[in-house]
Amino acid sequence: MAVQAHQTLDALRLRADFPIFEQTFHGKPLTFLDSAASSQKPRQVLDAMTLFYETSYANVHRSVYELAERATQGLEDAREKARAFVNAPSAREIVFVRNATEAINLVAYAWGLKNLGPGDVVLATELEHHSNFVPWQYIARKTGATFRFIPVDGAGELALDDLDRFGNVKVAASGAVSNSLGTINDTPKLAAWAHSRDAILVCDGAQAAPHVRLDVQALGADFVAVSGHKMLGPSGIGFLWGRTELLRAMDPFLLGGHMIRHVGDEETTWGDLPAKFEAGTSPMAEAVGLGAAIDYLEAVGLEAIEAHEHALAAYALERLGEIPGVTLYGPPADRRAGIVSFNVEGAHPHDVAQFLDLDGVCIRAGHHCCQPLMRKLGVTATNRASFYLYNTAEDVDRLAASVLRVKEIHA
Amino acid sequence: MGEFEDMYREVILDHYKNPHGYGLIENADAHAKGQNPLCGDEVTISVKFAADGETIEDIGFEGRGCAISQAATSMLTDIVRGRTATQVAQLPKEELLAEIGIPLTPIRLKCAILGLGVLKVALHESRGTPLPDEWQGLDFG
Repeated sequence: MAVQAHQTLDALRLRADFPIFEQTFHGKPLTFLDSAASSQKPRQVLDAMTLFYETSYANVHRSVYELAERATQGLEDAREKARAFVNAPSAREIVFVRNATEAINLVAYAWGLKNLGPGDVVLATELEHHSNFVPWQYIARKTGATFRFIPVDGAGELALDDLDRFGNVKVAASGAVSNSLGTINDTPKLAAWAHSRDAILVCDGAQAAPHVRLDVQALGADFVAVSGHKMLGPSGIGFLWGRTELLRAMDPFLLGGHMIRHVGDEETTWGDLPAKFEAGTSPMAEAVGLGAAIDYLEAVGLEAIEAHEHALAAYALERLGEIPGVTLYGPPADRRAGIVSFNVEGAHPHDVAQFLDLDGVCIRAGHHCCQPLMRKLGVTATNRASFYLYNTAEDVDRLAASVLRVKEIHA
Repeated sequence: MGEFEDMYREVILDHYKNPHGYGLIENADAHAKGQNPLCGDEVTISVKFAADGETIEDIGFEGRGCAISQAATSMLTDIVRGRTATQVAQLPKEELLAEIGIPLTPIRLKCAILGLGVLKVALHESRGTPLPDEWQGLDFG
């Protein structure tokens, strides 16, 4: 791909596309700093879904009338957009699911139950979101495999040296970007190591896909899980990318309509990819919405989004770092995505988040579905501010001003 | 945020920083520990009955978590001391919420009633009576 020259984005102009910002909370403008949990939706996505319902809605596949063909086209156009978005070699490698969690469960069950057994090691990371940790812990237990995880260092970065000590690893599960600390993991390095051991790498791309150019071929992973709702799309749609040969060799995950080739009285054979993994009626309008979200992100430019969020995270680290009694977690600005986790001395994150809400500032407070990581950090919870293309430096200023007030109240 | 902040400063922070009834009782007659899985708040409560085996003579707690959960448990120890186990096992949460006094969203409500829920577990267990359904949902480990 050609190098783009200093692409920038105008967050204030983009905000006008998001109806959610037209209201106030507690009399204050909405300062939404929780996009790592779920992003807001631009009008373009909402309109695409409404248009689909109003003009093209019928159940997809297997119908000969024009309306159903239109609906099928909508779903398959979205699949092609998803393919291009992550640079997958083929659209049949894109399996629509509810979200990244379902994508990972699909792999854990359909690949894991068939390929894991006693003596095998299943490797996750201490940074992992529960979505890429708990399924593997569970499937390891179920198959008799051993579950282990790669530790993080004090700065919240994975210790990727000396991985060979983990033994007979069959699968490694790692996020591209930590949802809790924003750490950008060296996925290509981990993938290369996994392949050198004849293991596969399952990458949770939920925090990467909305914010950076996610190229599954450059990443080197074998499976990548993506959630639509974190990348301007609706809830209820996400996708799994997997290598054709692995997807073909796997058993199905959910069984029922559409995923079959032939149903006999005694036995059933499976359909080709991706139908084999898409039993039942698909979230069609949601897929169309996801396609519109991809169009929106591509029009703004992933490179511009990444640079914008990086600048906001660096600014937030600077502003919050000036407040005495604020502890910041995670790596330095140049090695993290647009996520800043912090604690305020004397104030529990739930109390902090409640006071921030009164200023119209939305952050997440809790364990961020990362209890193993919280134990490592020695805390029960943190506050987390996360940034997206509609956030501005003024949002960071409002966050810092509100945190300062909380600090004063609890001093 | 004026009124909320004033109430929070006057009532919640005072109990949070100087909790009443802090510290567990040795040789307690009733005892339970619980947590709120949403935020990891933890409360452990121990109770000592008077000679009649029914009146709460002393109550102590330990815990960690947000100001609301810890302050509410501190207030709870003031409310229940001197009452009977049967009375407290039936104590409606509204009485505690009135004492807390600040408006609570549904998620903060769970913080506020954590201590009361743990106390109910302790009292029902010591009495051998079933925990009412209303209190079953919380994760008391």
